Amino acid sequence: MKIHESEDLPFALRRIWLRAMTGCREVFLLYKDLPCERRSDEWESSEFGAYFIGTPFGYTFIPKKLGGKTERRMKMSKKEKRVMKLVIAFALAFGIVPSAYGMHIMEGYLPVGYCIAWGAVCVPFLAAGFFSIRKRLQENRKTITILAMSGAFIFVISSLKIPSVTGSCSHMTGTGLGALLFGPSAVSILGMIVLIFQAILLAHGGLTTLGANTFSMAIAGPFVSFGIYKLLKMLKVNKLVSIFLAAMIGDLFTYCVTAIQLALAYPSETGGIFASAVKFLGVFAPTQLPLAIIEGILTTVIIITLETYALPELKAVGFSKEVQ
Amino acid sequence: MTSQNKKIVATLLILAFLIAAVPLFALKGAEFGGSDDAGSQMISEIQGTEYEPWFTPIMETFIDGELPGEVESLLFCIQTGIGVGVLAFFMGRFVERKKWQDKAKGERVR
Repeated sequence: MKIHESEDLPFALRRIWLRAMTGCREVFLLYKDLPCERRSDEWESSEFGAYFIGTPFGYTFIPKKLGGKTERRMKMSKKEKRVMKLVIAFALAFGIVPSAYGMHIMEGYLPVGYCIAWGAVCVPFLAAGFFSIRKRLQENRKTITILAMSGAFIFVISSLKIPSVTGSCSHMTGTGLGALLFGPSAVSILGMIVLIFQAILLAHGGLTTLGANTFSMAIAGPFVSFGIYKLLKMLKVNKLVSIFLAAMIGDLFTYCVTAIQLALAYPSETGGIFASAVKFLGVFAPTQLPLAIIEGILTTVIIITLETYALPELKAVGFSKEVQ
Repeated sequence: MTSQNKKIVATLLILAFLIAAVPLFALKGAEFGGSDDAGSQMISEIQGTEYEPWFTPIMETFIDGELPGEVESLLFCIQTGIGVGVLAFFMGRFVERKKWQDKAKGERVR
């Protein structure tokens, strides 16, 4: 399935635009393929250029200069590539409708179009998560214990409804731990399992809003956690502090995304989407802040414990490197 | 676990407990409803009319009515239980393994 063939911009024009955007002298368009596939000799021999990648949100590129690591990480088997193409095509077909675009959003509270769109946006992440988990387990079976524990952590944490300063209850997401240990895409699978459980048995969240909830809790939050942790690590911030901040901000971000998702579906008549988003944030943010702090604390505690007792496994997943 | 880590863990756990418990005592008489419900109230407020969900949770369709509060808490407990069970099982194994490994290391030194 070739998904990028509908490229309508003239080739030369796009080349110029990309050259300007990436600051690279030469840009090779690889838009018929996902990254790293079928690179020409010309591409191999040049040190300039950019990968051109179809993402659920449109096209993006990574300058080749930065790409050394990315290239290795993104290598996939042929079959995996085919599946990724398919799901990205699916996301592009249903997810990106420019005009059509909640804690858990309640069952039936999101118009049908939004349910489908958010669901479609999630699919590529879930596929990437599936492959990443499979690869991890193939590399080292032992890591399954840590994976199970990350999943169980989400199960426990997201079932505890905790009273907050605003006088209402909310619960945490627990996705930060898995994101730090396994990377954000793997968590999307774990998070979705929890959400399905809650949607079917507990009437909490919902099947129709599963896509939107998966995106906020199992994709957006973990990606932010992971990014913040990497950033703080680069800045050489104390490890425990970075873990705490990553988990806390990831949790808060989940709720921001929920607020925005609701605002997109229910723009306020006077102020539009923005005013509506502020209103929804007003409901979620003050309630969630103390809980986010608790989530940060618990994530830190469990990582300290794991580092004490399960160092070999943490090394196997690539979280801990040096011997204590 | 080093004694420094022990102290950190203990302090953090107490802190977490306090953050969760204090509102309960500080805000006497508060309702402590879910913030999910607060979200749906906000929808009605913005829309101006009561919002009619277009899909009911499938559990409610099966049993023809809302899930009783007691049963809901049971299901939440099951969820917590599954999670804690898995966490505790593996943690227990790890702790024992560490003990056993440390012992083996000690004997080799001797």
